[in-house]
Formats: sequence, structure tokens, C-alpha cells
Amino acid sequence: MAPEPADEGAALPERPRTRRRVWELLADRVFVAGTAVAAVSVVVLLVGIAGFLTRGGLPTIYEFGFSFLYSTTWDPTRHVFGVGALVFGTLLTSAIALLIGVPISIGVSTFLSEEAPAAIRTPLAALVELLAAIPSVVYGLWGLVILAPLMRTQIEPGLRDSLGRVPVVSALFGGTPIGTDVLTAGIILSIMIIPTVSAVSREAMSAVPRSQREAALALGATRWETTRTAVLPYASTGIFGAAMLGLGRAFGETMAVTMTIGNNPAIPSSLFGQGQTLASGIAGQFGEAGSDPHLVAALLEAGLVLLGITLAVNIIARVLVRGVFRGGEASA
Amino acid sequence: MRPRGFLRRRVVDWVARVLAVACLVAALVPLLSILWTAATLGGPRLLDGWSFLTGPFAGPCSPNITPNCSYGGIGPALQGTLILVGVAALIAMPTGILAGIYVSEFGKNRFGRTLSFLADVLSGTPSIVVGLFAFATFLYLDPTLVFSTLAGAFALSVIMLPVVVRTTEESLRLVPRSVREGAFSLGIPQFRTTLRIVLPTGGAAVVTGALLATARAAGEAAPLLFTSFGLESQLGFQGLDHPVNAIPPLIYLWGYGEPYANWRSDAWGMALVLILMMLALSLFARWILARRANLIGGMS
Repeated sequence: MAPEPADEGAALPERPRTRRRVWELLADRVFVAGTAVAAVSVVVLLVGIAGFLTRGGLPTIYEFGFSFLYSTTWDPTRHVFGVGALVFGTLLTSAIALLIGVPISIGVSTFLSEEAPAAIRTPLAALVELLAAIPSVVYGLWGLVILAPLMRTQIEPGLRDSLGRVPVVSALFGGTPIGTDVLTAGIILSIMIIPTVSAVSREAMSAVPRSQREAALALGATRWETTRTAVLPYASTGIFGAAMLGLGRAFGETMAVTMTIGNNPAIPSSLFGQGQTLASGIAGQFGEAGSDPHLVAALLEAGLVLLGITLAVNIIARVLVRGVFRGGEASA
Repeated sequence: MRPRGFLRRRVVDWVARVLAVACLVAALVPLLSILWTAATLGGPRLLDGWSFLTGPFAGPCSPNITPNCSYGGIGPALQGTLILVGVAALIAMPTGILAGIYVSEFGKNRFGRTLSFLADVLSGTPSIVVGLFAFATFLYLDPTLVFSTLAGAFALSVIMLPVVVRTTEESLRLVPRSVREGAFSLGIPQFRTTLRIVLPTGGAAVVTGALLATARAAGEAAPLLFTSFGLESQLGFQGLDHPVNAIPPLIYLWGYGEPYANWRSDAWGMALVLILMMLALSLFARWILARRANLIGGMS
């Protein structure tokens, strides 16, 4: 290597570097602009998704108007389309998912954030997060082979013979248990939202200042009283945001629901009835998608409806969750 | 003298703890059941080794396994998944990492924060909607490419992109400001500082994010249904303009749509392959993150 001239000190200003400076300035500009273009692709995609689905769905938007949203007739052979039953199925399965999944998630995050010994927190949290790594289609296969038979032979008859005799709720637990039905799909969804909801709730609970807990403990509160009076109220916005994130995931979850809900585009008569969600309804008809332009338009508009619902829920969730963590960082 | 109600409060505290543990158990039982089922039903198929991973599909059997009808391989589907994910990564990684750089390094304004927020929103878009979007896009651009490997890879890249953007942003934010200031004070231009100093410092975490995005995309079936999934194709990859099989949609088809016992069994084998891929990728990601924690911890 040739000996380099000393590059420091007084020698520096005299070296002719002007041309290099200009090049570097230009490269800087180009680089920043390039990254900005890449970043704008996120916006382009979001607008593109909404735009292309709207454009493709225009035929059914014109033909059926608002009745597309509430009509419960989905009949590809007669070219009559309404997603009322699918919207109902989406809301029902997601409600089941939240009713079961959110309390369990809060319990998990309470244990991992407040109760568990420090040494086992991280491995247990990693184990719960593994639930998120399992692909949707594997959940579906498991639901079909393991959960659905269990539901048909054990859980659903049990529910029918117990809750099915309680006056008001009996309508929910009537009918013949089939196994692949709305309740099974809802339970699968509840399992699938646990990793998201519990991880975000746990972060929200970790963001609670230590002084809150110490104050409660100093007043003589037990662990649980500390959690109930000092931690959960403080973290409630974040936990609510976490539940909304879970709701967004449940709305859009496709393969696992398609494989377990029974795929019947009608409003089920009870939780043991077969139903359909927006996502599973779209997925179930991929085979015919290429051939029938009416069906394609209806599927794209159904996708647009699903996009609208999930966007609304996700935006609320993200606003809540981000607000919590920004506030937490500021006070820390 | 203990205060009144002390015993009751102790009992409530104990009950709350038991309930919290019960919730954890309730969350882990399905996980263990899924892993156990995949291992017992899919494990025997995987023990066939190379012939399972690379062999051709089996023909359909009667609903029962008979002597003259047997299990097959998943070669075409595994090949398809690798190609789809590879092409998707080629699209999403450069775009996502550059976008993440923008948001973290230059976007410290309302626009940058909005982009980061929108990336989160995009990552919450249902995968079936992304599949429909790719379908509608190619229907508009070139109808002959609607059912093609390219359309499937495009859909997967849309799934990957927001994850890469957000993880790149988060990992570059962890790089201490002093590192950048040091580079600027030496007169190093911004692009070189970013590419040669900031990115390598946060690099391990960026790679982790890329791995997680890849893992997420590799397990997706819904975006491929309307794009690349060739129902009848027994062959492997035949070009970007042709449909291609992939593991997740084939699990759906063989595990749910078809009654043949040998295909159902092969579907469980594929499920186990997917789970093992996910486990390997997330363990590798964790290992990288642990190493990075040491590196940055030593620097600041």
C-alpha cells in the first residue's frame, strides 16, 4: 500500500475537493429522494388496493347499490349478490373470538407482566408468540381434524344440555352439533388472536410506571389488588387497542375459518349452524373466479367491504396503541 | 392483629393468580396440540426424507390407503413456495428497507410519521384482500398474467413490505444518535453514513425483520388462491407467467377439499414442513437479535 499523505489538520482545507462535494451533495439528494419514493409505495399500495377493488366491483355496485351490503342472497347461478349473511358471519365469529380470546389474553399478559418470576417470563412469552408463527392454513387443518370432532362429540352436546336449557341463551345453543360450524370457527379465531392481543396488552402493562405499583403495594395492596387498581386502569387504553387489533385480525382471517365454518352463505340459526364470513366466502370461490365476470365483480366488492371494515378497526387500534406507547416513552 | 377481611383478600389474590395461570395454560394447550398433531400425523411422511421433499405428487387414492396406491412427495409445491417467496423478497426487501430508512432517518416530520402509521395499517389488511388486489391489478394490466407466479409473488410482496418497513424503522431508531453525529462530524455524506454506518450497525435487526416478513409470507395461502395457485399442475415451476403450486394452498386443497387419505396425510407432512420452517426462521431471528443486543449494548 502506498503511504497516504496525512489527511488531518491544516492540510485539509487546501485540498481541491469542490467537485467531490458537488457529487456528494447530488448523491445525497438522490438517495433521500430514492428512499422517499420507496416510502411512498406504502401509500400507493393502500390507495391502489382500495382503487382496484372499487374499480373491479363497479358492476355490482351499480347493479345492487346498498342492498349488496344487507341482502342475504348470494346466488352466483342467478347473478344475485348480497353480503348480508357474510357480514353477519364475520361479526358473529369475531364476537366469539373476542369474548373468549380477550379475557384469556389479559390473563396471559397479567401473568407474564405482573405475576411470573422474571426467569420464566421471556421463554413463556416466546412460547405464546409461537401461536402467531403457525400459518392460518395449519390452524384450519388442525381445526378440521382435531377440534371439529371434539366440538361435535363432546363440547357442543355439553353446551346444548347445559346452556341450551337456560331460557334466554337457549336459542344460541340449539340444533344438531355438526362440528364444522360458527362456534368452532369462532374458537379457532380466539386462539389465533391470543398472541397479538396478549403481546400488545403486555407491552401496555409494562409501560405502566413502577411508581404506580409501588404506591399500591405501599398501601398494603396484594399483588392482584395492585394489578386491578394500579396497573389495569392505567393500561386500559392500550389493552382496548390490543383487543381492536385482535378484532381486525379476526375479521380478515381466511383459511382457518374457511376450513372450519361449514361454508354456508346464510344466517345460521344457532351457534351450531354452518355459516360464512366475508373472507371465507371470497376464498371458497377462487376456483370459479376466472370464468364468471359477474362473480368476479361481486367478489371484488365483497373484498372492498372487508377492506373497509378492517381498515376502520385497524386505524382505531393503531391510534390507541401508538398513543399509549408514545405517552409511556415521554413519561419514562 | 390482622386487618378485617385479610383472609378474604389473600384468597382473592390466590384465585386471581390461579386464573392467570389457567389463561396461560388455555393459550398453550392448542399450541401443543397443533405441534403434537403435526408431529404425529406429518412426522411419518417427513421421515421419507428427500423423496418426500423433492418427489412428485401422488395420484389420488380411494379414501383408504390400499397397497397399490401410496403416498407421494411435495417437490413441486416446495419448489413453488421457495420461488414465490424468493421473488416476493426481491421486490419487497429493497423497497421496504429503503422506505424504512426514509421513515427512520429523513422522515422526522408529519409525513414520515404518517407513512409509518400507514405501514402498520397496511400490515393489518387481510391477506385475502391483498390476493384480490393482485388479481384485480393483473386483470387490469395484463389478463394473461392473472393466474401466474408473478401475480402470486406480487401479492406476497405486499404482505411482506409493511413488516420490512416497520422493523427496519424500529431497528435503525435503536442506533445511537452519537453514531450518526460522529460520521457527520467527519464530513461523511448522508447517504454514505446511512448505508455504510447506520445500516450495518442496525443490520442484524433489519435482517431479523426481513426473516420474520419472509416467514409470514411463506405460510400465507389466501393471497395465492386468486393469483398463482395452479389447481391441476402436477409440474413444478414453468416460468413466471405460469401458475405454480405452493405448500399453503395445497394444504388447503388436499387437507380440506379432497377426500383422499394419502393426500390428507401428505397435507399433514406439508404442515409439519411449514411449522419447522417457521420455527427455524424465528429461532434464527431470535439468535441474531440476541447477538445484536450485545453489540449495541457494548457501543452505547
